[in-house]
Amino acid sequence: MIVIIALKELRSLFLSPLAWVILAVIQLLLGYLFLEIGLGTYPLRQNGVNGVTDLLIAPMYGDAAIILLLVSPLITMRLISEEKRNKTLNLLLSAPVSITEIILGKYLGILLFFVVMLALISLMPLSLWVSGTALDWGRLLACLLAVMLLLSAFAAIGLYLSTLTEQPTIAGVTTFGALLLLWIIDWAAGSAEYASGLFAWISILNHYDALLQGLFRSDDVIYYLLIDVGFLGLSIRHLDNHRLQA
Amino acid sequence: MENRLIEVKNLYRYYSKQCAVNNVNFSLNKGEILGFLGLNGAGKSTTMQMIAGNLAPSSGEIFISGIDLKEQPKDAKMRLGFLPEQPPLYHELSVDEYLTYCAKLHRIATSKVKSAVDTAKQRCGLGQTGQRLINNLSKGYKQRVGIAQAIIHSPEVIILDEPTVGLDPVQIMEIRKLITELGQEHGVILSTHILPEVQATCTHVQVIHQGQLIFNAQVSQLQTNIDNVQDYVLGFRSPPKLKELLELNGVIHAELEASGKFRCHFENNQPEVLSYIMQTSLNRDWELIEMTPKQQSLEQIFVDLVSGNDAKVLMQKDRE
Repeated sequence: MIVIIALKELRSLFLSPLAWVILAVIQLLLGYLFLEIGLGTYPLRQNGVNGVTDLLIAPMYGDAAIILLLVSPLITMRLISEEKRNKTLNLLLSAPVSITEIILGKYLGILLFFVVMLALISLMPLSLWVSGTALDWGRLLACLLAVMLLLSAFAAIGLYLSTLTEQPTIAGVTTFGALLLLWIIDWAAGSAEYASGLFAWISILNHYDALLQGLFRSDDVIYYLLIDVGFLGLSIRHLDNHRLQA
Repeated sequence: MENRLIEVKNLYRYYSKQCAVNNVNFSLNKGEILGFLGLNGAGKSTTMQMIAGNLAPSSGEIFISGIDLKEQPKDAKMRLGFLPEQPPLYHELSVDEYLTYCAKLHRIATSKVKSAVDTAKQRCGLGQTGQRLINNLSKGYKQRVGIAQAIIHSPEVIILDEPTVGLDPVQIMEIRKLITELGQEHGVILSTHILPEVQATCTHVQVIHQGQLIFNAQVSQLQTNIDNVQDYVLGFRSPPKLKELLELNGVIHAELEASGKFRCHFENNQPEVLSYIMQTSLNRDWELIEMTPKQQSLEQIFVDLVSGNDAKVLMQKDRE
């Protein structure tokens, strides 16, 4: 049942021009960045200091995160809010499907879309491999894992905020605000001495960077999983309450 | 009891402090089509949404085929088809895609999905529209897709919230036929503002007013009440005096309506009264030219009910 809802979600995404435009814009921007970073690192690579993965691929994924932060609210904002607005939520609610299945189905649908997006982005590093450059596969996989964990957190937060409102735009703006806050919250930790390490730990960026460096720490992964589970739980609760209040 | 498809007990629903549904009790058996009447905001849609599991009741119990909707929502909802006021359509999908999705959502086995979609389309007259985007369909066709969605898994209970809104007269006839057909094997609840529709399609009728059920009867019984006419308009070319009319046997009440026309209330709908009046008219040269029964329409009953006339007391019956 979860898969059926997820595939429907994916299909609907690709039936709207928005998904295609987003994929195209991301590809264009990252393509440009990839080229620019690549040209910049050329002299360094001549000296043989570092591998291409370190100089080129990891920074590319680092930049990608910022673009994805800007773009993912646009994709997640419609998830529930549009169903509420068009009253199509009624279809799901009167079907023999539990609220948990609805939420997980929607979440999985978005994750599938993000996988497609990530696959397209990853074509760029892979193009290096095709043309004969040796890649650090472990490092690349760590990068992919990092982006996927990051996106899963974005999706969970976006999904939750989308259950709160009937207006997709409001869901989009609040999601963007929430993600940006998580991104910059460690600035407080860095600037003031009295700020606790909690801020640094909450910051989504720190955990991301560590993984990009190829450093796999379980607490980074747990951080993302906590966000996923937490916000999915909140979404389920909220949608269930929706039947009580509406 | 085994044929009891819906059972609603002591249903309440509050929107903050406002009570939208107030202690509603009723049941629906197999083979019954229940027409749900009420003014705007009377609580029809709220009640239907609660039965369909879209809204949680503030208190009370709902059983679908004996299954508690609250305790086993999935089992109960599998036996349920619901068309909300606004059909829940995904405008970016084609009719086929949409119905296939609905079929899967209702846990129809993959091998049977296609035939279920075809049957539903055919029943709702959507044969030619399979490939078209729902967005491009006219309102009437969208409504049909909504109905197809509700019956695709041939549920035991079908709940239709204003199913004929926005349809043209021919489509309305077709949908009524479909509902009558569905009513034979399933239980159907439909809400509507069109009163003749209830007379044409339903076996039972109930009226909800300010959240409370105030009327509940079989349509056939209602029909006998309606057919049992006691009011006539009599027209004469050379009219008698009102007093003369009132003196006749069987005339309880009469009043002058227009020149030469009287509105009379007879003792009973016995043909004897009518033939007696005709005979008298001949004998006394009144030249009877008109004799029109004044039927009490469902509309009148409805208006009387919701405006709180004593008709309510007269007509209220318990179905049990």
